[in-house]
Amino acid sequence: MGPVTFAVLATLLVASALTVVLHPNPVKSAMALVGTLFLLAVVFVFLGAHMIAALQVIVYAGAIMVLFLFVIMLLNLQAEALDLDARRGGGAGLRVAAWLGGAVLAAELAWLFLHVTLPPVAAAPLGYGGAVAVARSLFTDSALPFELTSILLLVAVIGAVVLGQRRTS
Amino acid sequence: MVPTSWYLALSAVLFAIGTVGVLVRRNVIVIFMAIEIMLNAVNLTFVAFARQLGTVEGQVIVFFVMTVAAAEAAVGLAIIIAAFRNKQTVNADELAMLRW
Repeated sequence: MGPVTFAVLATLLVASALTVVLHPNPVKSAMALVGTLFLLAVVFVFLGAHMIAALQVIVYAGAIMVLFLFVIMLLNLQAEALDLDARRGGGAGLRVAAWLGGAVLAAELAWLFLHVTLPPVAAAPLGYGGAVAVARSLFTDSALPFELTSILLLVAVIGAVVLGQRRTS
Repeated sequence: MVPTSWYLALSAVLFAIGTVGVLVRRNVIVIFMAIEIMLNAVNLTFVAFARQLGTVEGQVIVFFVMTVAAAEAAVGLAIIIAAFRNKQTVNADELAMLRW
């Protein structure tokens, strides 16, 4: 990816991420988050992570965001959320402090990353980032963590069902 | 080709935006979305380093992060629904049942 492509992608990414944080309407925040996740998938493709980019679109921009939108619309938040943003607690001073802290954090991390000495870029082997390469590493070196994720997902499903059910007693 | 440190700087900016989102927003669902942005910024770091080193281990870790994020979204949104059912609000300032 050339510097121009990177600049365009990075600008769009930061703009959509800021929209998520700043937009008063949570549905539009969610749509901006879909855009952010999709643009990140594009960045992953440029970094050679094709399998991860596909998973990003399917799992994140697909499944997780549907869950978010479903909950937002289930709770019918729009009017209340707009009202909520009009009377934010903490006052303007704390919000300015939060933005300044965020700017300092970004500058500090970016300065650190731009000055770190990295090893030279290794040549990517054939099929790098494809389903075969990722799956081989996943099912050999990371076989135990992979099995543990199935337990994690099972616990999450049970937890979501238990938390979501209506108490009838 | 764009140097890896540019990707890392981009992920730093995205992470900071997510942090500010958690701090300034009061709607717990939007706070949740800001946390997703932070998770994705870290994923970008993993993928960029994996490309730098020419290995796929970083991408495998991103797979695990996605799994944890999916579990977290399912449980977290269920908690938000349960809290909304009890308190009729998603304002983080009013959801202070665990504070003593």
